[in-house]
Amino acid sequence: MSAQPMSVVSEAAVGYKPGRTLSVWTEVRRQAARRRTQFALGFMVLLPLIVLGAFAWNPGGGDGDGDGDGNGGFSALVDVATSGGPNFALFTIFVSAGFLLVVVVALFCGDAVASEASWGSLRYLLAVPVPRSRLLAVKLTVALLYTAAAMLLLLGTALLAGTLAYGWDPLQAPVGGTLSAGAGVGRLLLVLGYLFAMMLVVGALAFFLSVSTDAPLGAVGGAVLLYIVSSILDQIDALGGIRDLLPSHFNDAWLGLLSTPMQTADVARGLVSAVVYTTLLLVLSWWRFLRKDVVS
Amino acid sequence: MALPRLRLPRRRLIPIGVVSALVIALVVIVVWPSSDSYTTQEQRITVRTGPAGDQSVTLDATLYLPKEERPVPAVLLAHGFGGTKRSVDTDARELAELGYAVLTWTAQGFGRSTGEIHLNSPDWEVKDAQGLIDWLAARPEVRKTGANDPVVAAVGGSYGGALSLLLAGVDQRVDAIVPMITWNDLANAFLPEATGRGPENGVFKRQWAGLFFGSGSAALGAGGDLSALLGGGGPGPESGADPQANPQCGRFAADVCAAYLDVATTGKASPETIALLRRSSPASVAGTIKAPTLLIQGEADSLFPLSEGDANARAIAANGTPVRVAWFTGGHDGGEGPGSDQDRLKFLTAQWLDHYLKKNGDAPSRDFVYSRTTGLDATNRDLVASGYSVKDYPGVAGRSSTAVEVQGRPTAVANPPSGTPGALSTLPGGLSSFVGGAGLDVPGQFARYVSAPFESTVDVVGAPTVKVRAASPTGEAVLFVKLYAIGNGGTSSLPGGQVAPIRLTGLPATLDQATPVTVTLPAIVHQFERGHRLAIALSTSDQAFASPVQPAVYQVAVEGPVTLPSVAGTPIADPNLIWWYLLGGLLAAILLGLVIAIVVARLRGRRRDRSVNAEHADTPLVVRGLRKEYADFVAVESVSFTVNRGQVVGLLGPNGAGKTTSLRVLMGLTRATAGEILVFGHRLEPGAPVLSRLGALVEGPGFLPHLTGIANLRLYWKSTGRPEADADFEQALEIAGLGGAVNRRVRTYSHGMRQRLAIAQAMLGMPELLVLDEPTDGLDPPQIAEMRQVLRRYATDGRAVLVSSHLLAEVEQTCTDVVVMNKGKIVASGKVAEIVGDSPTVQLEVSDVDTATAVLTDLGVRSVTPSEGGLVVDVNGTPRQEVVAALVRAGVGVDRVVPRRRLEDAFLSLVGGDTKASGER
Repeated sequence: MSAQPMSVVSEAAVGYKPGRTLSVWTEVRRQAARRRTQFALGFMVLLPLIVLGAFAWNPGGGDGDGDGDGNGGFSALVDVATSGGPNFALFTIFVSAGFLLVVVVALFCGDAVASEASWGSLRYLLAVPVPRSRLLAVKLTVALLYTAAAMLLLLGTALLAGTLAYGWDPLQAPVGGTLSAGAGVGRLLLVLGYLFAMMLVVGALAFFLSVSTDAPLGAVGGAVLLYIVSSILDQIDALGGIRDLLPSHFNDAWLGLLSTPMQTADVARGLVSAVVYTTLLLVLSWWRFLRKDVVS
Repeated sequence: MALPRLRLPRRRLIPIGVVSALVIALVVIVVWPSSDSYTTQEQRITVRTGPAGDQSVTLDATLYLPKEERPVPAVLLAHGFGGTKRSVDTDARELAELGYAVLTWTAQGFGRSTGEIHLNSPDWEVKDAQGLIDWLAARPEVRKTGANDPVVAAVGGSYGGALSLLLAGVDQRVDAIVPMITWNDLANAFLPEATGRGPENGVFKRQWAGLFFGSGSAALGAGGDLSALLGGGGPGPESGADPQANPQCGRFAADVCAAYLDVATTGKASPETIALLRRSSPASVAGTIKAPTLLIQGEADSLFPLSEGDANARAIAANGTPVRVAWFTGGHDGGEGPGSDQDRLKFLTAQWLDHYLKKNGDAPSRDFVYSRTTGLDATNRDLVASGYSVKDYPGVAGRSSTAVEVQGRPTAVANPPSGTPGALSTLPGGLSSFVGGAGLDVPGQFARYVSAPFESTVDVVGAPTVKVRAASPTGEAVLFVKLYAIGNGGTSSLPGGQVAPIRLTGLPATLDQATPVTVTLPAIVHQFERGHRLAIALSTSDQAFASPVQPAVYQVAVEGPVTLPSVAGTPIADPNLIWWYLLGGLLAAILLGLVIAIVVARLRGRRRDRSVNAEHADTPLVVRGLRKEYADFVAVESVSFTVNRGQVVGLLGPNGAGKTTSLRVLMGLTRATAGEILVFGHRLEPGAPVLSRLGALVEGPGFLPHLTGIANLRLYWKSTGRPEADADFEQALEIAGLGGAVNRRVRTYSHGMRQRLAIAQAMLGMPELLVLDEPTDGLDPPQIAEMRQVLRRYATDGRAVLVSSHLLAEVEQTCTDVVVMNKGKIVASGKVAEIVGDSPTVQLEVSDVDTATAVLTDLGVRSVTPSEGGLVVDVNGTPRQEVVAALVRAGVGVDRVVPRRRLEDAFLSLVGGDTKASGER
């Protein structure tokens, strides 16, 4: 028994430990310098400012203030958006939830492994050797960290910019009812949390495609495409109950978090759906990558 | 030539199969006809009816019979006004699924049934229903408690609801009733008066009455649309306009028709009309109802408001009969209500029938339940109504009350002639949504009294009351009192969408002499949040009602506070809570699965073969019988070789010989099909820790293009997790020889620069075994020469280098040993010096090939082979100078004599022959 530890020690190079390879922080640094990362995060800061600019543009001048003179639903939404920071942040989330966030999460997760494969650096990470499971775990963690950072950045910028421009006013829920600004921000964070869980499905799908292909664009585009297909199917009422099975079916359930009391039934169902899909796709990703011949 | 057969590899077939199976399963689920647990029978049932029981009416009916063990309890399911038996088909099927024999029929005067509309007269429609009970009693499938006494419940909405109440009042054979959104006193419903002065002084609800009458009048021919508004929800009269029918009355009985024409013309009801309406009202029989009653009333119902249900509930409960009251957010204006409400009502109904008909379980609770719209179900684009329950029914006066003062001055308001233009408060049948439910008052015709903002949330459940004073020059005034809720944004809404009409008589000419009267506003369920306000509006006109024709100006004022009734409702546990439990369970299961997966992986890792092959413990690399097959070809057939310390081994072979595939296995990128690789005696497999003792460059460089050369090296070393000091960046950078370019992004590098950086990366930490695939690719000659030096030096300290190349010169000049591969196999191996050593072959360039061939053959060489511009001769031991001398003597000019080497021979015999890649065989 005493001989074995000796041989185990001499097996690897001095200082090598599988658990110490490719730390999360190293991976964060490896991704941070990428234009893709910088643009994605930068856009999260820019978008609220663009929206703010668009609101300020209004050549008609003046402040509609409330009673929407028959300008239609969107204009009413805009009226609400310009009444305080939390409302502006809500509007920003509302306009980004459907597509922008999907693209961002698909970008971070779909790119994670496929881009390394396309650069050829994946070979050298595996030859370090970074254990494959660890590589996936670190890659996924960092991709999701960047996604979370992007979402928080979006909310933070929107809150800050909105508050500076329109003041710190109570949040008006789209379903009716008003929440104090402080409670409103709490709700917005809940909404963000729910959206993050929904985005996990897209991320897991992109990640699965990412370990399956060497083309980062294919993984990102494929995930977004499948998500769009799911959204389109969700519009078809004839599908009835089957739509409940679509991964995007409960995407808008976060609106329930803004009403008083909170409507959490669909949120729970959405979370169940998200957890099931995410687990399934991630198990598939691991299953595939651990058996894969890396021949990029 | 036969076309190649399209062959799908097995690993492709599996996912395709799985996807196809899923698609097929989905289609089958969608298309598969669900088998019903019941049968339906169309019936024409003739009953004896009329005041004397001597009239014959044939009713169009359907019997839904469960297939389960019979006899079963029965349910009489009645439809709404203007509908037919088909309007309640869905409900009937649901009840049949629950195991009840359900009888639906078209009431007389509608659809294919004969007879006239008598408005649920005890002499007609109620007698019809008694006839149907007789009919059910004669059916063997229906359970009975005695002769001609079936176990039966009467269920219905609106017109059908009133029928169930009236039937239970006159026929004690009914065992339970579930009347929904129906009336207590039809006179009160059509001629309401909110100060309690009765229908004699009521204000005619002309819009609803018109719709009600119109939808029953087949001659109008518009029943299809109208009936949908009246709780019927189904198709309209099927008989169409009968040319023989009275165009004014349609299928209404003459007395009903005359009463309508009278009240609609005068706006007031004669005693005869009121008597007629009262006969058709549950109020007249409520004192005799003994059947347990589940009363369901709608909160958005301007036709039969909550007060009608309240009157029924109190009257029936007074008999000691079990009564349960449930309010929901729908009604004649609000429709079926949101899904959450519908589910709750279905549950209550099923529970009620289950106990009182099937005698299952304990008696259902008699708690009062109500619901309030609390949000929006964004997923299904539906409202969400939360349910609340209260012990026992408190009535519309509530359990407690809040007094709210309203501010406003006495105001003069004008009554418009003929009530036009009139205020818009609600439109029958939910059309209110078109006016935003906000109500519209005509300037000059109303007075408004607004409260201060609420300081805390107030839940109103019941009918608020308010005192008003009025003065009129004519001594009379008709006013419409409304309670508005004003939200934080200043937007008004009319909860429940209803108005309280009052007709005041004997009024003084000036306001200071007027006595206050108490107005009971329509019962509502509404939550005033902190900061909301309420407003009382007194209006002189309303489009839904008939107001006085003569113009007049009244003085009006609100006296004292508005009393808001409330009850302490307990939220009903949301059945959707199960999803949270499911989510919790799921997360726990995933966590458990994750822990198990990690433990299993650890155990497997520990059980992994870590034994060291002692024989090769000091040998950098031993490859034995390596074989790699892909799905459709063999890339490496069988390769064995050894790399010892101090050696620089060249792996030589043409493109596609299997060199790179072998190196991929060596890097742990792919798994070998057979054979093994030992690195310092350790078996090598993907991720084996011993890989850390190996530095590699395989298939070209791989760098993050957005980082500089030096950042790439540093982050690569970081990702190995090994101490920074062991990396020896200085030396690596020196080898790379990139100078200042290391601080540029790799994106900007030339191919050669990347190649040098990649070699530097492979040498980081000075691994004991260095594996380089085509290292000189892209380097210029001086760099190549330098690289040779570097590699030779590298192997001196007991380290070893394996270099793969397809260039002979490369291997010859760099390596100490060589392994020649072709088509996935080793064709030669050994010391370069030995293999390169002189071979017996010489290449000659001569002036006369034919003569030379003859001379050489005579000389006794082993073989002479013509090649381009000369000959290749195996001299078989004859010294080269002798060969040349012999040729010169024979007069053949010799241009060049080039000695051939073994390695070149070996290699060229491969290249010259079949150079196809192993993959192309």
